[in-house]
Amino acid sequence: MSDTGNTGTSVGEGALAASRKREAVPGLALGLALLSAGPVVILVLLIVVLSFLSPYFLTGRNLSNILAQTAVISVVAMGQHLVILTRGIDLSVGSNVALASVVGALSFHAGAPAAVVIVVMVGCGAAVGAINGLFYVFGRLPHPFIITLATLSIAKGLALQLADGRAIPGMPDSIDALGREAVWGLPGSVFVVAGVAAVLFVMAKTMVWGRWIYAVGGRPDAALRMGIPVSWVLVSVYVISGVCAGIGAVILAGRTDAGSPLFGNLLELDTIAAVIIGGASFLGGRGHLGHALIGAIMIGVIRNALNLLNVNVFFQLIVIGVVIVIAVESDVLRNYLEGRVRVMQAGRQS
Amino acid sequence: MSAVAANADSASTAGQPVLAVRGASKRFGSVLALDDVSIEVRRGEIVGLLGDNGAGKSTLTKCISGVHQLDAGAILLDGAPTQIRSPADARFAGIETVYQDLALFDNLTPGQNFFAGRELAGPQWLPRGLRFLQQRRMDAETRILLANLKVTLPRLDAVVAMMSGGQRQAIAVARSTVFARKVVILDEPTAALGLRESRQVLNLVAALRDQGNAVILITHNMEHVVELADRAVVLRQGRKVGELVPTKDNKQELVSMIVGA
Repeated sequence: MSDTGNTGTSVGEGALAASRKREAVPGLALGLALLSAGPVVILVLLIVVLSFLSPYFLTGRNLSNILAQTAVISVVAMGQHLVILTRGIDLSVGSNVALASVVGALSFHAGAPAAVVIVVMVGCGAAVGAINGLFYVFGRLPHPFIITLATLSIAKGLALQLADGRAIPGMPDSIDALGREAVWGLPGSVFVVAGVAAVLFVMAKTMVWGRWIYAVGGRPDAALRMGIPVSWVLVSVYVISGVCAGIGAVILAGRTDAGSPLFGNLLELDTIAAVIIGGASFLGGRGHLGHALIGAIMIGVIRNALNLLNVNVFFQLIVIGVVIVIAVESDVLRNYLEGRVRVMQAGRQS
Repeated sequence: MSAVAANADSASTAGQPVLAVRGASKRFGSVLALDDVSIEVRRGEIVGLLGDNGAGKSTLTKCISGVHQLDAGAILLDGAPTQIRSPADARFAGIETVYQDLALFDNLTPGQNFFAGRELAGPQWLPRGLRFLQQRRMDAETRILLANLKVTLPRLDAVVAMMSGGQRQAIAVARSTVFARKVVILDEPTAALGLRESRQVLNLVAALRDQGNAVILITHNMEHVVELADRAVVLRQGRKVGELVPTKDNKQELVSMIVGA
């Protein structure tokens, strides 16, 4: 969808002629290209403007800070992104982070070594994700909103119950290291984010499973008719979203040296916002991991900048809400422009 | 690949119908959608399936392609009774369907659509979903396929959403040629198309037959039936009311069978 006049990918002479014809719609093509590049452009503009507005913004320390603060949103948003790709939504991620961190802290106090604590947290996240996916698919629920709303409540209640409503301080040193500076002035958590992104990227782009996610999100009924195991694809994305929440819990526990039932408050909304702001389609089947990451960083940048500029905290919420509306509207506009391209192609054929 | 499969099978099944439906009945609540319908299709043959709206054409084909299950009756493939419980079963058995709604993925490219659900991937010892896509092989096969069928698309790396109705229809029909080994069912493939686009799709249908497939063509267009179909089967209110070789001269007879006048 990047540039139109490109004939390098065409097949045969007919295609050559056809792609030459396509140049007749440069306006539409330009609009589409701008829309798909939109989030990156906005992020770059934001950074340029902010570096003029605040002398502190473009310092290494501040940038490292932004990345550290957005590490949790980034990881969990990547999982949320896979769910949204399949036309779903995972409201339980915030509570899932809280529960995983509490269970991790309890297992540490029960004497588990660091590796086991990490496995327990990630496993706890995966278990909640599996419950979401299995109930949604095999419980024949009309929409994942319902089951993930239920597990949002259950996981939160369980976390509060287990922790007796308080944070549980103390985490293994190797988990705490994630919150400390590691290499090149960056905290360890940033490398966890990069690692998760790399693994998910390979899975989504090069594996059959990734192709199936896009097919299921693009058209669930057709996916079924084409013999794609839709049920298991759906379960898998909720499990992965849960795993991402578990990893988010590890990062958060490392940064605060504690597990807390209050972790991840409203994280579900932040991650959904990140995916949408980043440019993935809420209608499913469109977008990639980069969208989730860019959206998460954009939220981090906006919050950080408004703090640096001494803007009221309440105002942050308004700004992020406005950005969400802009993002969704540009998705609608993109669909409209694609429809126009289709109509023009049909017109040219007959 | 389909040509090879066709050759391997054709020796043993020259006269025998590749697909036979015997005494098919299907009920939806109180509506008897299919009542004791039997049809047969042979290799290299196009059978036109005709009937008014609600005659049972789509129900019959959906039972063959695994979307619905028959209440009574049998489906025989190459003479052997076959249970078709899901669309995946049907595809595995060599039955391809071009649905009226095309069942295309708008967010995928033509090549990705062709191989959806049957991606070329390896290594084989991994579970299917965890295999790695062999994208270059799929791209190459897509190019060859489109060239063979003389289908030209503006771009192979653009998503299907950006393509015209005719191009989308061609993609859906072409997809069925990739894996069709026995039977191809086309549900009103030219319904929404202009003249030139219809022509292209009809050529594709002929190509499917020439590959050695048994083709079931649902259509309302008598011209197309006369031109392409070797036999025409007429359904009315869930029953088979007639079967004849369509020619220019008995077109009127066909129409009166369809409407029951």
